[in-house]
Order: sequence, then structure tokens, then C-alpha cells
Amino acid sequence: MSHSFLLEIGLEEMPAKGLQSVMNELEKRIGNHFTENSLSFETIQAFSTPRRLAVYVTGLDEGQADRTESVKGPAKRIAVDDEGNWTKAAIGFTKGQKASLEDSVFKEVKGEDYLFVSKHIPGKSAGEVVKELTPKLSSLPFAVSMKWGNHPYRYIRPVHWLVALLDDTVVDLSLFDVTASNESRGHRFLGNAVTLSHADDYQTALEKEWVIADRARRQDLIKEQITDLCETNSWKNPLDNQSLLEEVTDLVEYPTAFYGSFDEAFLSVPESVLETAMADHQRYFPVRRDNDTAEFLPYFIAVRNGNDQAIEQVRKGNEKVLSARLADAAFFYDEDKKVSIDAFVEKLKYVSFHEKIGSLFDKQVRLTNIAQLIAPYFEQAELNADAIERAGMMAKFDLVTQTVNEFTSLQGEIAGIFARERNESDQIADALAEQYLPKSMEGPLPQTALGAVLSLSDKLDSLLSFFAVDMIPSGSNDPFALRRQAMGIVRIIEAFNLNLSIGQLIDAINEQTESIEQKAAIAQKKEVVIQFIKDRVDQYLSLEAGLDKDHDVRKAVLTSSQDDLNTVIETAKVLAEEKSASRFKAVVESLTRVSNLAAKADSETVLSSQLFETESEKTLYEAVLKMEALLENGLTVKEKWSVLADLHPLIDDFFESNMVMADNDAIRLNRLALLNRIDSVTSDFAQFNELVIK
Amino acid sequence: MEKAKTFQDIILTLQQYWSEQGCMLMQAYDTEKGAGTMSPYTFLRAIGPEPWNAAYVEPSRRPADGRYGKNPNRLYQHHQFQVVMKPSPENIQELYLKSLEALGIDPLKHDIRFVEDNWENPSLGCAGLGWEVWLDGMEVTQFTYFQQVGGLEVDSVTSELTYGLERLASYIQDVDDVYEIEWAPGVKYGEIFKQPEYEHSAYSFDHSDTAFLFSQFSAFEKEALAQIENNLAHPAYDYVLKCSHAFNLLDARGAVSATDRPDYLKRIRYMARLIAKSFLSERAKLSFPLLDESEAGQWIEKYGKKEEK
Repeated sequence: MSHSFLLEIGLEEMPAKGLQSVMNELEKRIGNHFTENSLSFETIQAFSTPRRLAVYVTGLDEGQADRTESVKGPAKRIAVDDEGNWTKAAIGFTKGQKASLEDSVFKEVKGEDYLFVSKHIPGKSAGEVVKELTPKLSSLPFAVSMKWGNHPYRYIRPVHWLVALLDDTVVDLSLFDVTASNESRGHRFLGNAVTLSHADDYQTALEKEWVIADRARRQDLIKEQITDLCETNSWKNPLDNQSLLEEVTDLVEYPTAFYGSFDEAFLSVPESVLETAMADHQRYFPVRRDNDTAEFLPYFIAVRNGNDQAIEQVRKGNEKVLSARLADAAFFYDEDKKVSIDAFVEKLKYVSFHEKIGSLFDKQVRLTNIAQLIAPYFEQAELNADAIERAGMMAKFDLVTQTVNEFTSLQGEIAGIFARERNESDQIADALAEQYLPKSMEGPLPQTALGAVLSLSDKLDSLLSFFAVDMIPSGSNDPFALRRQAMGIVRIIEAFNLNLSIGQLIDAINEQTESIEQKAAIAQKKEVVIQFIKDRVDQYLSLEAGLDKDHDVRKAVLTSSQDDLNTVIETAKVLAEEKSASRFKAVVESLTRVSNLAAKADSETVLSSQLFETESEKTLYEAVLKMEALLENGLTVKEKWSVLADLHPLIDDFFESNMVMADNDAIRLNRLALLNRIDSVTSDFAQFNELVIK
Repeated sequence: MEKAKTFQDIILTLQQYWSEQGCMLMQAYDTEKGAGTMSPYTFLRAIGPEPWNAAYVEPSRRPADGRYGKNPNRLYQHHQFQVVMKPSPENIQELYLKSLEALGIDPLKHDIRFVEDNWENPSLGCAGLGWEVWLDGMEVTQFTYFQQVGGLEVDSVTSELTYGLERLASYIQDVDDVYEIEWAPGVKYGEIFKQPEYEHSAYSFDHSDTAFLFSQFSAFEKEALAQIENNLAHPAYDYVLKCSHAFNLLDARGAVSATDRPDYLKRIRYMARLIAKSFLSERAKLSFPLLDESEAGQWIEKYGKKEEK
């Protein structure tokens, strides 16, 4: 007979953000606990609401199988005396193992016989195994945890009840000071206490008390209800806002969607402001007409935690709150309308970006200078110096608007909207709106070249500025999100296919830096900054380019002398692809050998074909000259690889027929110099000795 | 239909309710402050192991929020109803919800939610975890479990409930404009507060003497630091509150540059931290009088020993 097992932890309302991953972690831990204890099960399902985390397991083994273990005792010469009788040592050993001498055997271990007894170890029952779950529950990891009362322990929120049922039996289990029972609780306001008579009853019993514990089902209900409202009213379905849907799902135990309206006059406020006020602040879904224009409508959809009792009153309350918020937003927007961009920019001189770094105005100046240096790499005519100057020197103006002060997440976007309203070109308005992209590790990138230039310049300036004043992220401490910004740099360089040496760019930026201290600080931190960005390339290659398992490839390209990140990324992709080619091993071995020996070369030596003694030297030299000529004309990474790879038979011949470390100094140095010529090409391609070959 | 509660009825109801739950009814503290948390009845009492259950109305001044009495939602001075219970009772959420029922808010007819909102007051070195409580989408209460006070990790967790009385009253009385709230039968909020709102706004934004305020800040700071030296936590703290208010006035006037701003906050935080430590060691010297003797021993040992170092 197999068992069902239910575990439910009841808590005060947990944060919606991250709740799903906590639920998944709990499921994983319980599943692993059974697997580690050799108990198999058929299904495992996790549940969560704001007030509970639960896991339900079916088809759980009744218990572990019994095991027999063979235990080694004393050697035969000690276990048996001269007369062939058992010694005290043997009797003591078997007693200690609770076995009898009749069941013992001698087995040979390394040429000597030893006494062995087989020991019967009864398997634990499922009930005993679940009892051991406590530490797995109390150590669940949370983004933030808290203390409460006078208790020493920490958890995501205070724990109030615990249900642990093996079929219909309460498991003797506890979490902190809460002991497991079969008593759960229903919806905070609509429901009553629930006594569960069997683990299998969980979902149905809770549903009677107005709790939909199955998160996916709850989300489906929300989707259906919202879709119904939209169909009835001919509204565009707003469910593409996945993150809002996720959050709302984790804010309710029993969902009831309803809609409300607001004064049409507020529609004069920019849509993104309305949208933020509704979605981010109130967790409402904004509403648009279901046609091609998809215009904003003065309605919103909200999801109540409960049923439709007195829903009119709830609607009215929500309408009142929203209208106060929108009145605020409209007030700020109208106030901002009275101010010109130049007046905002003037204010930037008095607002600090960071106390150790300077004002926002200073930041604009620096980022504009950087932008002028970066723009040529885009090779686009529209990126002229005037456009860059105009966009760069107003980039931060919206940070002193009242609208952004109230809706901080709209920085950049508001700059774009206000710029357009004040008759700036589309090119500039779009770029301003995109200057903070990507806003997350995987968020969308700028689409326009000027937007990408601004974003790159802003991020690079932040990295250099913070590193220069020694504010370098360490561990989890990265208050200015410099890692995310560095990742943004990597992604934009890759997406726009920019071939720029990050080292040369930093040198060029420093060339323009006026302050002597700043110049020295940046020069000193240059390598650290490059390494910091390269670490993000590593992360990019693992997460975005699918090279998470190709650790050696990543290391080989990242330790090369190449600092054109786009080339580094491309090289990693080419190497990962070539790995399966039949000649890969031979090529890597040849080139590694070249690099190892090249390290012994004297860089002063001038290669002389006069000193060649063998045909293979000459052949290799000619091939190197040919390769160098090809490189002059520019090759793709893939072409470069095949040129290098084609060298390998010649290199092998060279090693075959020549003693590189010849006694004759001139000949030895000449041979090393030849290898060095190859190495100077490979070393900014990859460190071949890092590559693992099978 | 029953007549909606006046502003003062709401206060009376909350006072009655929380006193029944074992809270001492304290009075508003007589120094200007931006929030009920800054009253010594919360800030200082949240420090250390002693229990503390109190409720009080705190008029809270936020000069930058002044709108000359013209904005229906923003005020120079609003009123908070502050409840602190330490250690946090197991059923504090239920107690809170019952207080809403006492105000006539039937949870079945509304949508009441606890939405994550972690609170931080950097100038006092305080941090806590909790929620904003939503009543049909409106934030009516800040609900916090203190985790750190004056830079010290708490020994016993204080649960703090801060009701925004104006918001609650405008909801209960169903008015859109704060000045339309009925304070007492026949007297409206605006009839009492519109004039001071205008005058304080005019003062804060247009007329305050910044040189005077800067010199006040420095003088208060000097006095606070001197009294910290004397281990006089309460008078020192009063001067920190005065510093904070002087700073808020200067900030509203736009007299503090963005670069200097963090520096002022740092100076206030530095003093608050020293005071937190001083208060704790003085309570230890008094043998933590609010603790049962049986419990006090271990704490006296803990904080007595610390001092010897």
C-alpha cells in the first residue's frame, strides 16, 4: 500500500515577489528528501497562496526496503585460537554487532582472512522518513527573512500553523514552535478553520473555504475572468503583462476580477504614466480598446482577494484611490509642462549623481564625450556629432522633473515623451527613451543606434566613475547595479556587432579626462574594469550563448589578449562549434605546443630565412607569411580559425623534422622567433592550452 | 444608516480598542517630528529587551509635503495613530483587523490586503519588514516588524502599526478632499487646519530664514552631541528631533544641495546610533525595570559585560 503525504506551512502574508520560487524550492527539497531516503513516489505537486506553502505527494513507498550489510571484524588469526576455538575478540565483535557466530563467515581481504558478520538493517517507514523533514523546512532560503516576537529564528514571515499528514495520520513534525496537526485555515475573511481528514482532501477542503491553493489554477481563473470582462466590453486583453499577472496571482487566495472607471480628463496624461500608476502602484490592469488604434480607455481591471460580495463598494473604493493617484500624476505632469528642457538641464548642475562623483550635469558632459568616441564604431551617417551632442547634453533632464520624481521607474521614457512634446527630433526622443536599456540582465535592448550609443556611454561612464572612487561591487554588495550595467555593455556590443577594443576605448576616454586625479584613478583601475566586464562576457556566454558547459572554451577566449568583446564572443562560439570536428584535437595540440615554446622566444630576435636549415621551416614560414597577408585584409573569426587550423600539419612537420632547442643559439632563437610569429596571432584568439581535448 | 464616525470618533475608537488590548495610551510627544516612529515612545522603546505596549496620536510634520492648503491629499502636517507592541504578539494581524471592524469596516464588504512593503528610515538607522495594508486599494496602515533600530539589531521584535488617520477618515466619511473631513460634529478639518497649512507652507517654502535654520541645526547638533557625552539619552534625542525638523525645513526651502543632503542625514544617523547605545546601557544600569526580574538577569549580564570592554 502506498501513501499520500501532505505538508502545509501557514504563514502571515508572504511577499508576492519570489513566492513562486520559494514554492518550487520547497517541492524540490521534499522530493529530494524522499529520493535521498530511497523512497519512491508517483507524483509531487506544490501549492502556494499568500498565506501558505504546501506540497502534496502521492504513491509514496510504504517504507524503505530492509538492507543487509556485511561488517568486517578481526582477522582469522586473532578470532580463532590455536585450538580452533573462538577467541574473546571474536565473541566480543559479534556481540557488539548483535549478530551470532553461527552466521559469521571468513572472507579474504588483501591476502588475509577476516571474520565477517552480515547485519540486517530494517528500512525506515515512510512515517519515520517524513519526521526528519524539519531541518529542510526551517532552512528554506529566502531573499529576506525576519525575526518576530522574542524568537531567535528567522523566516520569510511568522509561521502560524503546520499540517503534516501521511494519509489520515498526523506526522509528528514541527517547525520552530509550531507542531503539525491536521488543522488548516481557510480564506482570512471568508473561510473557516479546516480539519483535514486525509492528505488527499487538501484541495477540495480548502476550496470550500474560499482558497484556491493550486497556483496555476488560480492564475487560470484570473485569466478567464479578465478575458470575460474584456470580451463583454470589447477591450483588448491586457494579459500580455505577464509580470503583473504573476504578482496578482500571488496576492490573492480566491480571485474575483472586476472593473472600475476613472475621469476621462486624465487621459491627457502620458500613457506610460497612467500605466505605471495603475499597474505598478495599484496592481490594476490598464484597459485599451480592442481595435487597431488600441487607444487607452478610462477603465481598469482589478482582482479582489475574495468573492463578489459587496463588489460595488470595493469598486467604488478602488476608483476613489486611483482617481487621487491620477490627480497627483496629472498635477505633476502639468507643472512639468511649464518648464523648458534647458531650465531642467540647468537644474542638473545642482543635483548630485553621487557625492563622490559629481553632479548629474557633470555626468552628461562625460557621457557625451564618451558617446562621441563610441559613435564611429557604429558606422552610421545619422550618428553625427551634433545629434550626439544634443541628445547627450539633455540625457538626464527628466531626473529633475516632478513626474519622474513621483514615477521613478519612468526615467528615460519621460525624457523621450517630454522631448517630443518640446519638438525635439524623433531620433533624439527615441534615444532618450532608450538610454537606460537594458534595465535587467535579460531586458530588451535599445533599438536605435543613438539610443545604443547613449546607453553604452552612460554605463561605461558609471563603471569608470565608481571604480575610480573605489566603489567596486563585492559579493552581493552592488548598490549601483554595476554588474547589470556591465552586462548591458556586453549585450549592446554584441547586438550591434561593434568591434572595439575596450582597452583602447578607456585610454581614449582618459585622454579627454581633465582632472589629473581622475586620470590617474582611471588609469590605475583600467585592468580591473576590463576584467569586470570580461566576467560579464563569461556570464553572457554561459547564459545567453548556450556555452554553460564549455567552461574551457570560455576560459580560453577570456584569457586571450583580445579585448574586442564582440570578437571574444564570436571566437567562443566558433571554438565551441569546432570542438566536434575531427581535426580539433590535433590543431589544439599543435597550437598549444607553439605557444608553450614561444614563451621562450626572445622578442628582440629578427626572424631570418637565411638561418633555416630544413624544408619544413621554410614551408611553415611561407605559410605564416601568407596567413599574415590574409589577416591584413581582415578575416572573420571563423576564417581566422580555419587559417590557423590549416597550419597544423605544417607545424607538426616542423616539430617532426627540427630540434627547436638546438645547441646553436642563432638557430634556436630563429626557430623560436618563427613560433612566436604564430603565437602572436593565436594569443589574441585564444589560450589554446586552456582547451580540454579528449 | 448610521452616521459616519468623525475624526475624533475614529481616534476615540482606536484608543478604546487598543487600551483594551493592553496598550498604554500615551500622548503625542512635544517635539516636532516627521512620523510617529520618531517619538521616543517608539524609537527608544523599541531598543533592548524590555516589553512595551503603547498607542498614541502623533501629529507629524513634513514641510516638503505642504501644499498651501490647496491639495486634497497632501499636507504639511498629518496625524498618525501609532500602535507599538513589543514583543510582537502572535495574533497581531488579527488584533489589527479587529480594530478596523471596531471602526465599522466589515472585511467581508471590502478588499483588505497585506501587501509587502519593507520599511526603512535611514536617518534613524531603522529597518523593518512588513506590509502596507490596503483597504480597497488604498494604503491605510503601515505594518512593520522592526528588525533594526538605531543601527542595532533588535533583541525583541516590536510590531508597529501606523494608521494614516486622514486617509482612513476620508474613506470612512466618503469625502474626496481631506479638508471636507468632519473633525467634530459640525466642524470640518479645513476649518481648523486650512490656515495653519497655508501659513506653514508659506513659511517653509517662501519665508523661512535659512541662515537661522542652518545655525539652529548646528547648535542643536552640538548640544545633542554634548548630552550624548553625558549619557543623557532623552535630552540628546530631543535635540536630534530638532535637528531633523530644522533639516526638513531647510530641505523644503531647497536650501540643502543634493550633494550636502546625504551628509546631513549621516550626521543625524550618527547621533541616533549613539543615543540608541546610550539608552540601552542606561536601561541596563536600571536593571531593565520593565522586564520580569527572572528574565532581566541574562540581559543585564549581556549589556553590562559589553560596557566593560
